[in-house]
Amino acid sequence: MTPAQWLRRLGFYLVIVLIAAFLALPVLWLVFAPFDRTPTLATSLPAWTLHNFATLADNPYALRSLGNSVLLAVGTMVLVTVLGALAAYALSRVRIPGRDGLLYALLLLSSIVTGTAAMVPIFLLIYQLNLIDSQLGVVLVLSGGLLPAAIFIMKDFMDTTPRSYEESARVFGAGPLQILRDVVVPVVRPGIATCAVWTVVNVWGNFLTPFILLRSPEKSPAAVVLYTFYTEGGQPNLGLISAFSLLYSVPVVAMYLFVNRRYGFRFHGGIKR
Amino acid sequence: MADIVLSELVKEYPGGVRALDALDLTIEDGEFFALLGPSGCGKTTLLRSIAGLETVTSGRIEIGGKDVTALQPGARDLAMVFQDYALFPHMTVRDNIAYPLKIKKVAKAERHGTADTTAEGLSLGGLLDRRPGQLSGGQQQRAALARAVASRPRVLLLDEPLSNLDARLRLEARTFLKRLQRELAVTTVFVTHDQAEALAMSDRMAVMEAGRIRQVGTPSAVFHRPASTFVASFIGSTPTNLIDAVVDRDTLTVAGVSMPLPADVRGQVRGGEQLVFAVRPEYLSLHAEARPTGLPGTVAVVENMGVSSLVSLDVAGSIVQVTVPEGAEPEPGAAGWAVPDPARVLLYRRSDGQLVGSPVQPGAPDPAGSAGSAGSADPAAGGTAVSAGR
Repeated sequence: MTPAQWLRRLGFYLVIVLIAAFLALPVLWLVFAPFDRTPTLATSLPAWTLHNFATLADNPYALRSLGNSVLLAVGTMVLVTVLGALAAYALSRVRIPGRDGLLYALLLLSSIVTGTAAMVPIFLLIYQLNLIDSQLGVVLVLSGGLLPAAIFIMKDFMDTTPRSYEESARVFGAGPLQILRDVVVPVVRPGIATCAVWTVVNVWGNFLTPFILLRSPEKSPAAVVLYTFYTEGGQPNLGLISAFSLLYSVPVVAMYLFVNRRYGFRFHGGIKR
Repeated sequence: MADIVLSELVKEYPGGVRALDALDLTIEDGEFFALLGPSGCGKTTLLRSIAGLETVTSGRIEIGGKDVTALQPGARDLAMVFQDYALFPHMTVRDNIAYPLKIKKVAKAERHGTADTTAEGLSLGGLLDRRPGQLSGGQQQRAALARAVASRPRVLLLDEPLSNLDARLRLEARTFLKRLQRELAVTTVFVTHDQAEALAMSDRMAVMEAGRIRQVGTPSAVFHRPASTFVASFIGSTPTNLIDAVVDRDTLTVAGVSMPLPADVRGQVRGGEQLVFAVRPEYLSLHAEARPTGLPGTVAVVENMGVSSLVSLDVAGSIVQVTVPEGAEPEPGAAGWAVPDPARVLLYRRSDGQLVGSPVQPGAPDPAGSAGSAGSADPAAGGTAVSAGR
């Protein structure tokens, strides 16, 4: 190798290292700062202490909010996967005029439902329904926003399932719901798992909807409670925020690992076609 | 067990495509029946209509004397093996075979018992706990068959049962399927585009084209006396030679050669009538010196087919193919005379492509063939349905 090539390679690696460091620093901060008695925004090796976690345990809303987050995430996930799977199956198998147009329109408009633009009408709607400060209201709004994309993803999986599976079950006398339960759902399980994980992550990280629709702090999810951690002086309490952030991110990572191992995104082998 | 009677069956797809065109067919109880035809001829639509997966536009389907036209597939008491076998990938072979019984609400122990015995009978004994993905193509086919027969259906439908197997396995599966069908004596209808499969396996077969049945009969009847030029060119591993000919009183002029008119068609053709002279390559013999009834030509291509060779002879610009035994292959470019076996020559009218004379072999009636003509779907009826439609 010529010196010029050496230099070029060296420069290349240097750029890679810089990019990697840039991306790794926040993660390192999240791992180190919670164990530091006086964390700053700089990433530094802490003098290990569990003080921040002890303070967190004394906060009446902190741990409870994680439970609220789980409740909202699981509720939305169940609603979205069950309704989404039924709708996706129907849309995948029935030919109706304008089906694709409908799907794309829903998909486009869905980002408005959970977005900022529609917050006022949604607030009014939920208010009329007497669902303000109720977790059901949050679940319904989030489900409405996430369903179109979930239907879209699951329909794609169902489209790739050979019809002969269902026809075979039909010839044996199985009814539509039986076919869905015994054949379609097990076959598209990776797709449903994908949707479930995606829904949970979305709800877990959603701040705006529960912030606006929930009034009492004891019903708020973690994303909203995190926003309340300030010191008496009005400064963000970095110790609490970092410790809580770590707890907040652990379930999501754990779920990814679990789902990936349990369901995997592998495909069942049939025959070549 | 049951027979299948189809009458005036029409299937029209949106857009006006007629997949089945006023089709009549009777399949006898316990028969192994082949639906043969080129792709797009409607054979799969016909099978799926019998299964109930397609709703027919008009007409009537009877199974075992009962009108099932309006019934759901599950209520017709039949089983179907799909081209891709459609084994459920998430279930073990045992659960797959037991699935139809599960739908019929048979208790778990009993249906697993039935699955085990059925699988044993199809030599799938050691594979019951595997997933379909872990089976070879032949094993998957047998698993799909086991699932189909485990519930003891009255009718078994097979959609291209052999097309997903490789060539060697296909021969084995052919023998195996035929034996299984004989043992179960279940009315079986199978769809194929491979004429060799239809000839080898079926008791009777129907040759389809453009939504209609062109001929129904035993394999030997269809092979020896194809009802039309379409059937003649479709049946046989080497294509039948179809050469234009003209009637000249008691003789026939074929490619400039004069031949005596076969005795059984005399009186059925007029002088000067335009015909098609059909003879299979196997029924032509090649001679190196001139013969009075030999078609003269030059050897263009010689294809080795194992025990024989297929010689393409250039006769006045058109190709005539002749099968010659091994060791007797001519050199390309040599002159040759192809002499037809007079007993094997068939004549078709050029106007409508129909066979001159009856499609049922005169003098040598096939027992199964005449049994077929007693039913409503005899070969002649298949032929007349065609001319009536024109």
